[in-house]
Amino acid sequence: MIDFLNSIIVLLNFIIIPGISYGSQLALGALGVTFVYAILRFANFAHGEIMSFGAMITILFTWFFQSQNIGLGILPTALLALPVGIIATIILCIISDKFVFQYYRYQKSVPVVLAMVSIGVMFVINAIIRIIIGTETIKFSDGQKFIMKAKQFKVMTGLNEGLALKSSQVITILITILLLTFTFWFLQKTKTGKSMRAFSDNEDLALLSGINPDRVVFTTWIIVGVLACVAGTLYGLDKSYKPIIYLNLVLPIFASAIVGGIGSPFGAVVGGYVIAFSEIMVTYAYKKFFVYLLPSSLEPSGLVQLLSTDYKFAVSFSILVIVLLIRPSGIFKGRVL
Amino acid sequence: MMKFERYEWLAITIMISLFIFVGFIQGWSVSLVILNMCIISAIMTMGVNISWGYAGVINFGVMGFLAMGGLAAVLVSYPPIAESWQAGARGLGISFALLVVLVIAVMYINKKVIQNRNRYILNSLIIFFGILIIRHFYLNATHNIEDVNPAIAGFLGGLGLPIIFSWIVGGLFAAGVAFVIGKVALGLRSDYLAIVTLGISEIVVSVLKHEEWLSRGVKNVIGLKRPVPYEIDLQNADWFINLVTYLNSSKLNNIIDVSDRQQVLNNLIIDGSGIFVKLSYAILFLIVMLIIFYFANKAQLSPWGRMMRAIRDNETAANAMGKDVVKQHLIIFVIGAAIVGVAGAMLVTLDGLFTPSGYRPLRFTFIIWIMVIVGGSGNNLGAIFGGFVIWFSWIEAAPLTTFIINQLTVGLEPTNALKLHLLDSVPYFRYLFMGLILLLILRYRPKGIIPEKVRHS
Repeated sequence: MIDFLNSIIVLLNFIIIPGISYGSQLALGALGVTFVYAILRFANFAHGEIMSFGAMITILFTWFFQSQNIGLGILPTALLALPVGIIATIILCIISDKFVFQYYRYQKSVPVVLAMVSIGVMFVINAIIRIIIGTETIKFSDGQKFIMKAKQFKVMTGLNEGLALKSSQVITILITILLLTFTFWFLQKTKTGKSMRAFSDNEDLALLSGINPDRVVFTTWIIVGVLACVAGTLYGLDKSYKPIIYLNLVLPIFASAIVGGIGSPFGAVVGGYVIAFSEIMVTYAYKKFFVYLLPSSLEPSGLVQLLSTDYKFAVSFSILVIVLLIRPSGIFKGRVL
Repeated sequence: MMKFERYEWLAITIMISLFIFVGFIQGWSVSLVILNMCIISAIMTMGVNISWGYAGVINFGVMGFLAMGGLAAVLVSYPPIAESWQAGARGLGISFALLVVLVIAVMYINKKVIQNRNRYILNSLIIFFGILIIRHFYLNATHNIEDVNPAIAGFLGGLGLPIIFSWIVGGLFAAGVAFVIGKVALGLRSDYLAIVTLGISEIVVSVLKHEEWLSRGVKNVIGLKRPVPYEIDLQNADWFINLVTYLNSSKLNNIIDVSDRQQVLNNLIIDGSGIFVKLSYAILFLIVMLIIFYFANKAQLSPWGRMMRAIRDNETAANAMGKDVVKQHLIIFVIGAAIVGVAGAMLVTLDGLFTPSGYRPLRFTFIIWIMVIVGGSGNNLGAIFGGFVIWFSWIEAAPLTTFIINQLTVGLEPTNALKLHLLDSVPYFRYLFMGLILLLILRYRPKGIIPEKVRHS
């Protein structure tokens, strides 16, 4: 019985908790991508950089608050700087729409041209970030690092395995729940949210019913800005901020959005968790887990790892390809691209 | 054969004069280094341009195909390592044979079992256990190979052939990968296809990065043989010394002192050998570029090229006319990828080393796409022009930025924090330039600098 509990703790500690927090970050990112896709109808390659930009502004203001000795006690100061980052990201989104994307929308350009344009935007934001903050890895989480340390847990329960709970993980999960609830409430219950759904479903019909497209697009960018900034900051808080990482993060985010069914907000969230869990589960070495569960005669000799961790990144894409082959519209019927 | 318009001649003149300009300002060695990379970039751009410009098939997997070309350079030119073969060849052979069996089994199931649910269950079971068995042999074999002299070897090595053959092999490797990708993904809409090809190219690169038995992974392969002479050999070759003496005879004759003259001659020989090597590369690359350019144009003007344009402009109509759109898409995707693969092998040949971790999407996929868009999709000369201009500005962006920053902050003290910070971040301004160039071109000249010629026939 103890062994069974130990094995469960191993799973919790190395798969479930990291999976949920990484999945939440992906889900928020994918939700942003899916919003742009559903309303503006293009694949936004700049999304990773928008996330990075939000995180950068948050970091700058975190430093500012720290220098002024303003803090939140046990909570990271970044939470205090987050609203500033969100506002800056929204402004960035709206500026990039006004000066770049709007023109192509009015021209009714094909989606692939808009995707190219978003690559240009990606380069520009990427350069701005590097010019402002450089390319170094930045750790900006302060306050209490652990809610529960592995050692504490061991003492508390008397088990062999410890369960560590980082505060950044708990913050990620709480903020994600809050933000997702708000987003879905907004989409389902408010008039603006309903008009956005109508616009996404059938543009012509929405226009005929008197929905103002500019207003819908404006709201969309606000939501995208909030989601992107929060996702970027949470990722940075959890794993440390590094500008280069965010370009690599774009691909798992796209994979999440597509696997869940692109254009479907709920699908994006589910897709995020699917991608995160499969990345972690496929590359985790289960040896410890089986050592607890199986009798010692059956103990595995190897690491019992399906793929080495080097392939973490490839996993999300293999899933994307498999989903494309079996069910091109994603888990929750999005648009067939 | 095609005739150039006046503005096209202008473009060619601009390209050539840029290099002459750099040659005089920064030295001929710098100019030739940039020229070599420009030619390789131009070939990559032509590869992408063939699939995107001719047929509208998007290919964001440039990085992966380049890496396949690079792998070919290693596998063709590196001498074989006998010990490694002894250590692991059998295990690898077994696991490969088992893989073939597995694939056949899956295909057989797909054919025989009709009910969807049973098919999925059977397939996943077979794949799961098959992979477990294959992994056993495979991991043993690769482990043995990687243990052979890991400091300098630890991989299978190559065939030990002249590296120039790899340019063709690289094309074939890339074509092979492209065929598989095309089979899987070409039915998708274009922006979706972009994401998928981008992802698969990442997978290709991560395989090369981590399968050390094949490519030595992140430990890199260095010291690949060159197709051109080495500087040190040239410096000791009589004919080369005579050539340098002859070319600089007037300058040398002015120096009366014998030891001074010898000193000057030695310096000239050292400089000259570097330039000679780069020039030989440039000539080799130029030949490849012109061959590809010739055939690409020929193909574009042929009935096949016309069919491709028809498919690009109206897929449904082309389909109704009895053209096999899916097959043609696959063909042109593979051809484009093959050309990119050739460029990838040339890139590794030029560097003399293979560094899988150096393949990054920003540098090797998106920049190439900027070249295509800026140059003019659907026009081969435009592709070459785009490759030249963008690579040129990519390299020259740093000196230019330093100059601009110094001009703008001329009033500030040299120790001013802002000025120092800006000068520190000079390398990042090139991304800003690239982004702005792309956005401006897409806005004001969406067909590129040298647009495709509309043919009415």
